[in-house]
Amino acid sequence: MDNFLSVRDLRVHFPTPDGVVKATDGLSYDLAKGKTLGIVGESGSGKSVSSSAILGLHRGTSAQVSGQILLEGTDLLTITDEEMRLRRGKEVAMIFQDPLSAMHPYYTVGNQIGEAYRVHHDVSKKAARTRVIEMLELVGIPQPDRRVDDYPHQFSGGMRQRAMIAMALINDPGLVIADEPTTALDVTVQAQILDLLQQLQKEFNTGIIIITHDLGVVAEMADDVLVMYAGKAVEYGPTKELLTHPEMPYTWGLLSSVPDLTADVEEKLVPIPGTPPSLLSPPSGCAFHPRCRYKDQVAGDLCVTQQPDLTPGSRGPGHLKRCHLTDPTVPNEEEVAQS
Amino acid sequence: MWAYIVRRLFIGVALLLALTLVTFVLFFAAPVDPARYACGKNCSEEQRDQARAALGYDKPVYEQWGLFMKGVVAGRDFPADEELRAAAPEVVTHCAAPCLGYSHLNSATVNDLVVDAAPVSISLALVALVMWLVGGVLFGILAAVFKGSFIDRGIVGLTLVAYAFPTFFIAVFFLKYLSVKWELWPYPTYISLEDGGVASWLGNLLIPAFTLALVFMAGYVRMTRAFMLESMTEDYIRTAKSKGLKQRSVLFKHGLRAALTPLVTMTGLDFATLLGGAIITESVFAYPGLGLLTVQASDAWDLPTVIGVVVLAGAFVILMNIIVDISYAFIDPRVRLG
Repeated sequence: MDNFLSVRDLRVHFPTPDGVVKATDGLSYDLAKGKTLGIVGESGSGKSVSSSAILGLHRGTSAQVSGQILLEGTDLLTITDEEMRLRRGKEVAMIFQDPLSAMHPYYTVGNQIGEAYRVHHDVSKKAARTRVIEMLELVGIPQPDRRVDDYPHQFSGGMRQRAMIAMALINDPGLVIADEPTTALDVTVQAQILDLLQQLQKEFNTGIIIITHDLGVVAEMADDVLVMYAGKAVEYGPTKELLTHPEMPYTWGLLSSVPDLTADVEEKLVPIPGTPPSLLSPPSGCAFHPRCRYKDQVAGDLCVTQQPDLTPGSRGPGHLKRCHLTDPTVPNEEEVAQS
Repeated sequence: MWAYIVRRLFIGVALLLALTLVTFVLFFAAPVDPARYACGKNCSEEQRDQARAALGYDKPVYEQWGLFMKGVVAGRDFPADEELRAAAPEVVTHCAAPCLGYSHLNSATVNDLVVDAAPVSISLALVALVMWLVGGVLFGILAAVFKGSFIDRGIVGLTLVAYAFPTFFIAVFFLKYLSVKWELWPYPTYISLEDGGVASWLGNLLIPAFTLALVFMAGYVRMTRAFMLESMTEDYIRTAKSKGLKQRSVLFKHGLRAALTPLVTMTGLDFATLLGGAIITESVFAYPGLGLLTVQASDAWDLPTVIGVVVLAGAFVILMNIIVDISYAFIDPRVRLG
């Protein structure tokens, strides 16, 4: 696996008057060119914060970022601000959750997309405009030569997200980070946007990190999945393997809180009890233990006293889990429902 | 768009009508007899009645208002006496429409008074506007960009000082030290553009305009800073950064553009208010503008002048409001007039 992107022991800490918030705490993953990594987790688990670090968006703030982010061998954390700026949009681009607020209301869509192109290419406004129209056509916006002069509010939600995708891909970056790209969209439009992303990924051979809390999106898009909890990876492996044989109670919880369309309507969803932990003073031992139903099955108080490492699970070295449980079989659903 | 403008102008005219009516009622509701004031100290009952009739204050309020409106629409003669005009036309002053009235105190039509005074106030407001906009927006951006640093603290601290000192104090302070004690700048007196040319007009306006601009500048620094800091937290700023734009483009093309929009409203309204006369500044510097005219007229219970200035100031505010609202359609593409 040629590692186009390697993140090693990434930490993003925010000092606050009440203490240090460890939003991302020792995250490592790899991404090959043209592949997709899905990062899943609850709100506040550090998904977006860790990805913003790749773009260097924490530079100039009080955040403390450490570790390594190797993009084609260059550590993005050691280069200068100007070098980072030249990579933004050109080598790494980002697609945001809500395309209405992510676009400037006072400039036309064409102006904003063209701006992304012109900052990295020394071309005339006219040439940039031609390129923008090409891109708009590529992402499936009808009459792109006319819509290019529209303002974001004149676009529908799905079209705005298409325009955002055009903006992200206009410089043909090797890596695109999609931060919940379909969350703000209608369900019918979500599938179209995901299809578009996949189709363009093939065409441009782009690596994609897709941040989401929607396991359906992960199942459809991702080659690998990283499950995050309290700023740390708790399970990491190939998508199909991880979704069919999860080995960590948090992932079980996520999976059993997804409605099953083929199941009996009477069957109740099983939510994960409790709330996400405070990142200011995370629980001792395993961060998930206060919400975990299975900590009693671990000998002693290991879950409370000792933080488990991210270690290979029972099914081989490609599937990592952070859990003390030795019997890594998914409890069947009745068992979950009863407990 | 045109339908919108016409509709707004109609509403504006109605507002002005109401404004004159309210001013008339308020004037006569005051526990002072303007006729007695005009008549002077040793004034018999008889003389006072004569004065009241001569000033026109003997008629009912609604009739006086009707006469005022007639003057606005058709013009009036002062005194309105057909026989007198036939016999001695030189003693009758004709005031053509739109006539705002005749000030017996100044022996001139209100139109003439206002036409003389308005350029002074407009000059003062204009120069002050440029000063406070340039200073306010510039220092506001600086404070926002260096938020939390000593530059920010220094600027915000200075605005507090500018806020805290009353205009009359600053005016007298500048006069005493800049013009009298240290003789750094000639004592300002108003010289119109036609009389002295641009240099002398502007030179004489600098101190009064700066006095006037100071408190506004303080407000605009704080507002620009706040609007700028607010717009820099918007999602589209993150988008602009992640495109790889230079910090300069992020700040000015994306951040400032959004921050300036609310400033346009404030600027329009503040400027409109000042066009109606800067009472304190004009009084201290003895600039014969609308503000000074207002003070003198209300001191002397000179209704026609008060009405004239009120109508003019009201018209400025109403017109400026319309202009601000229309300009929004050009500033913000999401706004459509209708």
